Amino acid sequence: MRIFKNLSLLGGLGIGLFVILWALISTNVIDDYSLQILCMAGLNIMVGLSLNLISGYTGQLALGHAGFLAIGAYSTGILLIAHVPLPLAIFSGALITAAFGFLIGFPALRLRGDYLAIVTLGVGEIVRVLIINLGDLTGGASGLRNIPGFAQNIMVNNPAAFLWIFPAMFLSVALVANLIQSSHGRTLISIREDEVASQAMGVNIFGMKLMSFTVSAFIAGLAGALYAPFIGYLAPGGFDFLRSVFFVIVVVLGGMGSLTGTVLSGLGLTFLQEALRSNAKAWGTAVTGLFGGGNAINLDPMSQVLFGLILVLLMIFRPEGLLGTKELRLTQMFRRGAR
Amino acid sequence: MELFTQIVQQFINGLSLGGIYALIALGYTMVYGIVKLINFAHGDILMVGAYISYFVLTTFGFNPWSLAAAFLLAVVGSVLLGVSIEATCYRPLRNSPRINALITAIGVSIFLENLPRVFPFIGSDYRNLAVPAFFDNITFGDITIIPIKLITLVVTLVLMGLLILVVDYSKSGKAMRAVSYDMGASALMGISVNRTVSFTFALGSALAGAGGVLYILNFPQLDTYMGIMPGLKAFVAAVLGGIGSIPGAMVGGLILGLAETFTTGFISSDLTGAVVFGILILILMFKPSGIMGVHTKEKV
Repeated sequence: MRIFKNLSLLGGLGIGLFVILWALISTNVIDDYSLQILCMAGLNIMVGLSLNLISGYTGQLALGHAGFLAIGAYSTGILLIAHVPLPLAIFSGALITAAFGFLIGFPALRLRGDYLAIVTLGVGEIVRVLIINLGDLTGGASGLRNIPGFAQNIMVNNPAAFLWIFPAMFLSVALVANLIQSSHGRTLISIREDEVASQAMGVNIFGMKLMSFTVSAFIAGLAGALYAPFIGYLAPGGFDFLRSVFFVIVVVLGGMGSLTGTVLSGLGLTFLQEALRSNAKAWGTAVTGLFGGGNAINLDPMSQVLFGLILVLLMIFRPEGLLGTKELRLTQMFRRGAR
Repeated sequence: MELFTQIVQQFINGLSLGGIYALIALGYTMVYGIVKLINFAHGDILMVGAYISYFVLTTFGFNPWSLAAAFLLAVVGSVLLGVSIEATCYRPLRNSPRINALITAIGVSIFLENLPRVFPFIGSDYRNLAVPAFFDNITFGDITIIPIKLITLVVTLVLMGLLILVVDYSKSGKAMRAVSYDMGASALMGISVNRTVSFTFALGSALAGAGGVLYILNFPQLDTYMGIMPGLKAFVAAVLGGIGSIPGAMVGGLILGLAETFTTGFISSDLTGAVVFGILILILMFKPSGIMGVHTKEKV
């Protein structure tokens, strides 16, 4: 009964949100530009969720999720260019990434803590270097161009992308939320809390970590797979270490171990980054003017400076992130309302 | 004969590059040994050292005095930066979970890499330093040694010798070893842990600053992201040698420098990054304690 209630609430919320957003999009209240950022936020939230699963809930810090994103995006992009149907290409992209995560997880997850962080960082870098050196297959350093979009007509690509990205994001939230609530999820949390004690209770630590890592790779790969037809152009430079760090910031700011936090901070940080990026030039000129002209002050790196600052300040003053491990729980909200 | 010459040539280049990596790796290994933190910002301290020496050298030109001044100022600047980073960002987190400190270090790193780009006098463009040939190439038959490679190797060896003297024979060095062995017990024995940790960061940053000067003399191109790759490679070197072990960092640095020049010389310069991280993954899979590290068992 409770499961039924959970699912119907979740489904109701998803469909409700979708209808509202879709109404706003079709009446042009959300214009094409905002819609594009909204879709980007959806993808960032997906990667954030996947990173939260392995880092927030399982306690294994991974610094290479841009690599997963890249594998998903490039596999789907290559398949789409080879005229594979869209749903099949997207699903294959996610599966290929999951398989890659499984293979990498095998050696990497034997390591702990900071060593695992460094190895995942290294794997992310290797993926990027290989993409640059694979020549015609990936387009090398100049990138993969002319990937078919969600819609034949490029003008309606963003709404078409939204029709894919929103449900995918919502299903990812539901998947991770239900995984965490399950006994498997509790096991993952026990690994985070105390690996040795958890092992002593008979938990197959390695197997559980590998499961968590593979699911994480699948979701990040799915986000990548949706990214390829959404943007239509992939450059290896976009999948570097800084991208991986961005996802770490999303998870850390929202709270390691809070899905609600990841969704909120993913949304907020994507819009913040875009606002800083699009205003950098104007503000830079203004600041240069304040100092009486001369050499132009370049404010493009402003968002990175700010992100660095956010990470340091968060860790010193609020290491649990904005929401800690708190969640917005639908069932609780409704139960309270009934009383 | 042709192949042999090439091998010897790459070997010399590799030793010289490896010396620089060893200098940086020493900073990683000492800091890790004492506070169990991978100091991600270490590579960026190298960048700051490189920029300081760049400004000194472009202002005063190349002569022995300006070189000495560049070297000294780079070292002093790096030490000040390293010690203040430790005091402001890492010290409050000394008793937090290690992952938190690691995340802070990443934050410090991207902050340091991007903040200078805002300032017009540094900016985001590449800068080139015109390094003169200090003296004629030395030739042995077919083998030519470029002077700067030789200078680099000599300077790194001298610095490593000095470091060993400091760590093994000075009082602060003794305190360092004690704190890295057991922080709690050394505090009880009257060693000031904060001062010792600061001293460790100072030593590590000094070497990174010196490494920065040598790095731009060898690869005279600067931008604010220049510290990332040497930093990561030096970290791999530290792990390879056994993190926490000072001779290990030296050996690891040299091996990594050789691996890199041989990859560049015989396969492709594009693949050095992949080879370096491949080495890291292999070493962590088969001998996580590194060549000279001590195997630690986990206690409950």
